[in-house]
Amino acid sequence: MEMWRQVFQYKESLFREGILDAQFTQLQQLQDESNPDFVAEVVSLFFEDSERLINDLTRALEQKCIDFKKVDAHVHQLKGSSSSVGAQKVKNACITFRNFCDEQNIEACFSCLQLVKQEYLLVKNKLETLLRMEQQILAAGGAIPMIE
Amino acid sequence: MDASSSSSSCSSSSKGMMDYGNEPHVLAVDDNIIDRKLVEKLLKNSSCKVTTAENGLRALEYLGLGDDQKNNLETMGSKVNLIITDYCMPGMTGYDLLKKVKESNAMKEVPVVIMSSENIPTRINKCLEEGAQMFMLKPLKQSDVKKLRCQLMKRS
Repeated sequence: MEMWRQVFQYKESLFREGILDAQFTQLQQLQDESNPDFVAEVVSLFFEDSERLINDLTRALEQKCIDFKKVDAHVHQLKGSSSSVGAQKVKNACITFRNFCDEQNIEACFSCLQLVKQEYLLVKNKLETLLRMEQQILAAGGAIPMIE
Repeated sequence: MDASSSSSSCSSSSKGMMDYGNEPHVLAVDDNIIDRKLVEKLLKNSSCKVTTAENGLRALEYLGLGDDQKNNLETMGSKVNLIITDYCMPGMTGYDLLKKVKESNAMKEVPVVIMSSENIPTRINKCLEEGAQMFMLKPLKQSDVKKLRCQLMKRS
């Protein structure tokens, strides 16, 4: 009971703070007995994909002559992934980032990259914690709280 | 991987275009790995057999419409009952893929659904005019796919 309440409050705070959005709930609702690791797999793919894209972005912005089309393409991918898993703050950071790519504003792009990195690390940390806590509930035979 | 994971091997059964029993075969095309996994799950949850492709070229190859593939006039019906594709893909866009499918005698009857994270009316109209069955906004929800499934059933 106590664990469930803790998880509920933790999860609820993530939604309230805008770190996760309704898409994350959609994702969790897709999981079933035929694929009990679905959410963990998707989240894991999201981490790998994001880290790759952030590295690519860092390299792209380090170039003497920045290819903004390339930068935009990477940010578009990251926006898509983060949107699909419900990582709302990362998604929003990407939206802002794309606007500055359009303007070819180098300074602002650098700032955006920093923000994206920050938001990514935050959601990564929160998701790892959340999924670990939820796994404990499931292992104890309980059901995980869903935030509508 | 569960036993019902999608197979990308050629289906040798001669399916009529409208005859797929209870499990329509869907080809899902998206360059984003997370979206591919998501759309696959959504479709499987709606009792569809799913094959995924990471770009338009691979999709065309799977359909037998690749540049170096001869059109097989003996193809009876199509391999797939539905193609669902992302719009924004590097190289061949979903729109380009749609055009190729509609230009082919073997595949033009197969419904094509376009997905996009951007809600741009001119883009949507362009796709519908080229023969897209439907346009869907990403990220897709289970309810969207259920509706699509119903539409597909009504078509036959």
